Amino acid sequence: MPVKTIRQALQEALVHEMRRDPRVVVIGEDVSGGAGTEGGRDAAGGVLGVTKGLIKEFGENRVIDTPITESAIMGAAAGAAVTGLRPVAELMFSDFLGVCFDQIFNQAAKFRYMFGGKARTPLVIRTMVGAGRSAAAQHSQSPYHIFTSVPGLKVVVPSNAYDAKGLLIQAIRDDDPVVFCEHKLMYDLRTEVPDEAYTIPFGEANVVRDGDDVTVVALARMVHYTMEAAEQLAADGIECEVIDPRTTSPLDEDTILDSVERTGRLVVVDEATPRCSMATDIAALVADKAFAALKAPVRRVTAPHTPVPFAPSLEKLYIPDPDRIAAAVRDVHGYAR
Amino acid sequence: MITAITMPKWGLTMTEGKVVQWLKPPGAAFAAGAELLEIETSKITNVVEADAAGTLSRIVATEGTTLPIGALLAVIAPSNTPAADIDAFVAQFVVVAPADDDAAEATQVAPRELQVGGQMLRCLELGSGDGPAVLLLHGFGGDLNTWMFNQPALCPDHRTLALELPGHGLSGKDVGAGDVAAFTDAIDTALSALKVERLHVVGHSMGGALAIALATRDPARIATLTLLAPAGLGPEINGGFINAFVRATRRREATEALQLLVHDPALISRVMVEETLRYKRLDGVPRSLETVAAAWFPQGRQAVDLRETLRALRPPVQVICGRDDRIIPAAHAEAIADVARVSVLDNVGHLPHMERAGEVNRLIRAMTA
Repeated sequence: MPVKTIRQALQEALVHEMRRDPRVVVIGEDVSGGAGTEGGRDAAGGVLGVTKGLIKEFGENRVIDTPITESAIMGAAAGAAVTGLRPVAELMFSDFLGVCFDQIFNQAAKFRYMFGGKARTPLVIRTMVGAGRSAAAQHSQSPYHIFTSVPGLKVVVPSNAYDAKGLLIQAIRDDDPVVFCEHKLMYDLRTEVPDEAYTIPFGEANVVRDGDDVTVVALARMVHYTMEAAEQLAADGIECEVIDPRTTSPLDEDTILDSVERTGRLVVVDEATPRCSMATDIAALVADKAFAALKAPVRRVTAPHTPVPFAPSLEKLYIPDPDRIAAAVRDVHGYAR
Repeated sequence: MITAITMPKWGLTMTEGKVVQWLKPPGAAFAAGAELLEIETSKITNVVEADAAGTLSRIVATEGTTLPIGALLAVIAPSNTPAADIDAFVAQFVVVAPADDDAAEATQVAPRELQVGGQMLRCLELGSGDGPAVLLLHGFGGDLNTWMFNQPALCPDHRTLALELPGHGLSGKDVGAGDVAAFTDAIDTALSALKVERLHVVGHSMGGALAIALATRDPARIATLTLLAPAGLGPEINGGFINAFVRATRRREATEALQLLVHDPALISRVMVEETLRYKRLDGVPRSLETVAAAWFPQGRQAVDLRETLRALRPPVQVICGRDDRIIPAAHAEAIADVARVSVLDNVGHLPHMERAGEVNRLIRAMTA
């Protein structure tokens, strides 16, 4: 099977769906990639290279460059969705959520409810999350938990190319607004990806590794750090079950709870800040529904409650790493009342 | 003579395996077919059986170690072999390890991609031989991995061809009417492309029924038939399984369905379930499976009845099935014991070739020798 990067997987998903359904359009800042440059349109294929080739095949009516105004992008996309198109809108950095929050939070997420179930809003918002490039506090956040807290939005946080393609196709075919979070350090991560189109259902976690000692739930880049930690720990005889929820809304509660029922121990790893976060949400879920199974306190491994530092040395300390994850697992594994 | 037991390669994607447990102590003499050790891959755990009688002179790979395919696991030698000779054999043993990932990819056996009726069908070809080729036909929802324990055992003596049927695995998804004729047409075309003249056919479940149908089309080219838990020999089938397998999109329901296939549910690993789901998620697969299920197993009954056809066949036929088969009752096989050699295996479900690979391989080799 061919091996592809997350970037290629996302691009294939867009091409499959744009060929399959003429209502699918792409809209965002520089999505044609290079307008106004020497190379012209498609020279770059978008700031991330994900939309490369789309303008050539689908033309400017379906690959729409916008001014730098996120409120207009999200407003136009939400309106287009509710009137019959299936837009994939790009919010380049999720940190810019603030300038278009009304369009997402109070419009797109609410249409189905406000119009008595008569409106559908098949909108996908692709957006970048994650620290690690020394891009400072305004371009490095992971606010998927903010989207997750909004009823009416579905939220996808993929960790590999296979999942990215199947989940993006599912997002485009979904009739509700979906926020699709791409980690900016993971675009070149490769894995086997079929050439065909396929979908992965929302709310179905991936069990990345089997283990009976400690359940570790992790998202996006943290899945890979957790796997590194799990290998270290396995050498010492501690077997982690690693769960990647893949979507935070809906959240696959059953897979997490079934695992904790067996292991009795939980560590949640989240690159986002700790207050009102996915780590906190999952810890609360387990405290609520699997308390009797717990043999140790739940540990959260997260960023600190601060903005993301610019200084590379501080940013490195800010992001959870395999050693911190392993230490938390050892802590709960060795816990005695 | 001193020989080696090495890490086997089961299936296309296996690169390494873990020695779970030795089932014979060092120095033990064993008969052909004896269970020597248990190996676990990310997908499945299976027992390695002895090809021939011998003495387990030295165990090289200790329990719990993970080794690449081809690595030395143990040495077999006559009991009077000097220890120094065994030391030398171990010292000189070389695993031909690919230099890097690219080289590893290049040396991997890749299935052939045949063009059949306007779409691609995969065929894994292993081994060569002067006699008839061995054609392996998987069942409903199966793929090339069906034969991961069998094709390696058959290919030293035969040209073996595992064909991935339309709508299955990574082959094209167009199943046409999805009935006997549609599949046998596709198999016929593939056989022409592969330039096969005479063949032994080994078919599992729906593939067993297809083997019978293939034999009636052109009896002269068929040497023998081995039918594993075949469909087409009676009206009963577990309709609940068929529905659940076709419908399942999530891990839990897929696991429950797949566990019906085997006597020991532990055989169904998370990775096997994930691979099944990855196949079923592909665009076009659910519709293909529905079409095939409607043609073969409508309303929980088998629509295809090949009992009279089988009785009229001239080539030798053997049928192997599990006594605990929860998909197709073993009674279907027992009812044709007057015209076929029938083996019913205890503590085995619908996948005898995986659940009891060594024994099934011996029965196939005896038939095709």
